[in-house]
Amino acid sequence: MKIDPILTRAGDWLSGGSRHPIVISSRVRLARNLAKLPFPGWAKKSERVRILEEIKPEVDLLPAIKDGFSEQLNELTATEKQVLVERHLISREHAAKGMGSAVVINPPQTISIMINEEDHLRMQAITCGLDLEKTFQMIDEIDTALEAQLDFAFDEELGYLTACPTNVGTGMRASAMVHLPGLVLGEQINQVVNSVNKIGLAVRGLYGEGTEAMGNLFQVSNQTTLGEKEDQIIERLQKVIETLIQRETQARESLLATKRTTLMDQIGRAYGILTHAYSISSKEALNLISILRLGIDLGFFPEEGRAIINQLLMDTQPAHLQNLSQQKLAAEERDHLRADIVRERLKKFPRPPNTKSPGQ
Amino acid sequence: MICDVCKTHTATVYLTQIVDGNMKKINLCESCSKEKGVADPTGFALADLLLGLGENQQVEQVTQTEHCPVCGFTQADFKKTGRLGCSTCYNTFSDALGSLIKAMHKGTQHTGKIPARLYRDLARTDRLNELRKHLEDAVSKEDYEKAANLRDEIRQLEGGRSQPI
Repeated sequence: MKIDPILTRAGDWLSGGSRHPIVISSRVRLARNLAKLPFPGWAKKSERVRILEEIKPEVDLLPAIKDGFSEQLNELTATEKQVLVERHLISREHAAKGMGSAVVINPPQTISIMINEEDHLRMQAITCGLDLEKTFQMIDEIDTALEAQLDFAFDEELGYLTACPTNVGTGMRASAMVHLPGLVLGEQINQVVNSVNKIGLAVRGLYGEGTEAMGNLFQVSNQTTLGEKEDQIIERLQKVIETLIQRETQARESLLATKRTTLMDQIGRAYGILTHAYSISSKEALNLISILRLGIDLGFFPEEGRAIINQLLMDTQPAHLQNLSQQKLAAEERDHLRADIVRERLKKFPRPPNTKSPGQ
Repeated sequence: MICDVCKTHTATVYLTQIVDGNMKKINLCESCSKEKGVADPTGFALADLLLGLGENQQVEQVTQTEHCPVCGFTQADFKKTGRLGCSTCYNTFSDALGSLIKAMHKGTQHTGKIPARLYRDLARTDRLNELRKHLEDAVSKEDYEKAANLRDEIRQLEGGRSQPI
């Protein structure tokens, strides 16, 4: 499979499956390494290539990957790699890799396997809405199939051994991407983030560690990987996310009850700017699209608008625009093109209601 | 303090390196430190935080300069990158890593998934230990018929790693 179908079609985690008003996606990744071979960051180039040659054929043979996309990173352009980052199919660190690293993605883009990232294998499953258990099972099956062929570094005490000691044990990072505009508008987000941090879970921005929270999107994940079973970690995370959903729902209800005019004003302005701007940055676009999404959740816009919004969330990202235009764009040109696309797509989007009551 | 390299800018990065057991201090300005590739604050901060080594400790530990027998990695490399060289490094540097891992995780014993082939080996070891204990009991109770059966079972298990359990 060529990269084109990947680049032109959104993954199932964004375009299909069950809709959840607050949880956008669930993701589980496992880190694995081959025993007694240097980790990618310490290996010489020739060793990395040899490790890749050992792992990649086994990954390519997986039935779950059949007809998927499989390529070495030195064969991809910078834009193509960046599109994969924006799709959450590879990490930013992996996009910086070239010779000796590879990525394998299944056709619906729900499973992606990075070879020679920080660890020899970083395998992830990503699904739509909130279903961490199923997402874990998907990647657990891949792991079980691969461990029959590859000798993974494992210690009875420390579990799976990883390049960074923060990942030893299960080697698992489970996360959910949540949309929390109610808590942000209600100015409760810092308090909520702090309390989640206190119980040993991490809250991060859109693209993981060290990234800014844009579009009111946050990633919640486990911090620790040793001392708990996989299902215990997932259960703990699941509970916290359920609490977050509850808090966000309450925040939205409270905004509707006490600050309805402010809320309507925000939604109306978001619609106004998005439908009339001729230049818009990716951050501004993302933040305003988030408010329109909230408008759909609250019934101010009909449900049909959701598909347009979801698609825009991806298509307004810098590399997606770059890929669409098929030529090198300066930041300013990207902002123009982004505004053009947003205006065009939102032509089909219904206008916000002229009254203050939703769903009429 | 002036940068030791360009001798013009004010030094903001103070680097302590151990070369052949001798401590060397070097002061760098921001641009020189970047040029020398020592300005990765995450790498440094992480390793510092992780190992929690004071300067004295550092000198003591690095003079021993232990190399990982498999990949040649040293503790100084870990301090620099915050990542290990290979899976065997966990054995090589187990003393220093122990407290670090304890501090960053919920527990110190893995309780999650085990690779299937290892799982079979572990189950076999557990079963052998159990049988040996029964054997001791049987011998002390002078139940020689039972002991003989147990001995046979143990021999059979010890015979092949892939024997069904």
